Amino acid sequence: MRATAVLRLMLLAAALGAVSPQPAAEYGDVVLDRHSTKAGVRPVVFPHWFHRIRFRCKVCHQELGFEMRAGANNVLMSDVIDGKFCGMCHNERIAWGPDRCDLCHSAKPGTPPGVVGGAQTSGPGRW
Amino acid sequence: MRRAPWLLALALAGAALAAAPSLWQRLEADGIHDPRNPGLALLQQPAEALAPLPRDSAGNLVDWVRAIESGAIQPRSQLRPETEVRVRDDALIIARYGSMPAVRFPHRAHTLWLDCSNCHDRLFKAQAGANRFSMTAILNGEQCGVCHGAVAFPLTECNRCHSVPNASLPRGAAVPVPAAVAASGAASAAGARR
Repeated sequence: MRATAVLRLMLLAAALGAVSPQPAAEYGDVVLDRHSTKAGVRPVVFPHWFHRIRFRCKVCHQELGFEMRAGANNVLMSDVIDGKFCGMCHNERIAWGPDRCDLCHSAKPGTPPGVVGGAQTSGPGRW
Repeated sequence: MRRAPWLLALALAGAALAAAPSLWQRLEADGIHDPRNPGLALLQQPAEALAPLPRDSAGNLVDWVRAIESGAIQPRSQLRPETEVRVRDDALIIARYGSMPAVRFPHRAHTLWLDCSNCHDRLFKAQAGANRFSMTAILNGEQCGVCHGAVAFPLTECNRCHSVPNASLPRGAAVPVPAAVAASGAASAAGARR
């Protein structure tokens, strides 16, 4: 009898957990697909949260020359392999090398590019 | 009957887990990562990295400036040894005496993360009072909105920028902002008035 009540409590709690609001992608995640889909690989997910724990914005957006506008950077794999842009770190010395395709090209096929993850404006965002 | 305490404990644990889902979505369930990607298992989960950091109520739920200032994270400032790392400690007050409180812009919080050239002079002239600000432009991703609303705290947090009561500011000709207003770590203060 008591076990049934406990089970009901668990089910109720599980149901509450399931309906509570869940965030989608992490704030500041950017999907990049300037060349990926055309080249037959998944789009790239760039997580700002992961990188800013390790590097200040200025490292990529000043030293490495990344424009602060999603879609404004024309990054080719040949650049990365040559040590430019992502390749400044993704070189097997600071971070994994450019042969680890799946770790960056990790978006669901067909994911539209842009700032995702709760961006509330669009240029990056629009309301 | 003897199993009841066990069951109760189990039920409470289950309820706690189910009722308090992680604040951060797991990558395989976030809607953008391909759950069939075998590489996904090697990527760090947001909750693992973000849960220990100073908490915020918006964005990544991390107070990123406090994370740096407290030493909770020590992100690198440069890759090249010759790069000059510039941090500026002053703060600006931008007052229009409208319906919203004036904006306090802390250079320190911004230059801990960014270089001067990220904002000057393409986004903003490097002269107090020389810039025209527009919330419409900001909401469309221009000016402050290049970052705020995308990676820096979102534009729903009005009072974090609009934080200085107009009544506390001197009116009239350009005058230095009272130290008390521009304080909180600012080494010097300059008034940006329009």
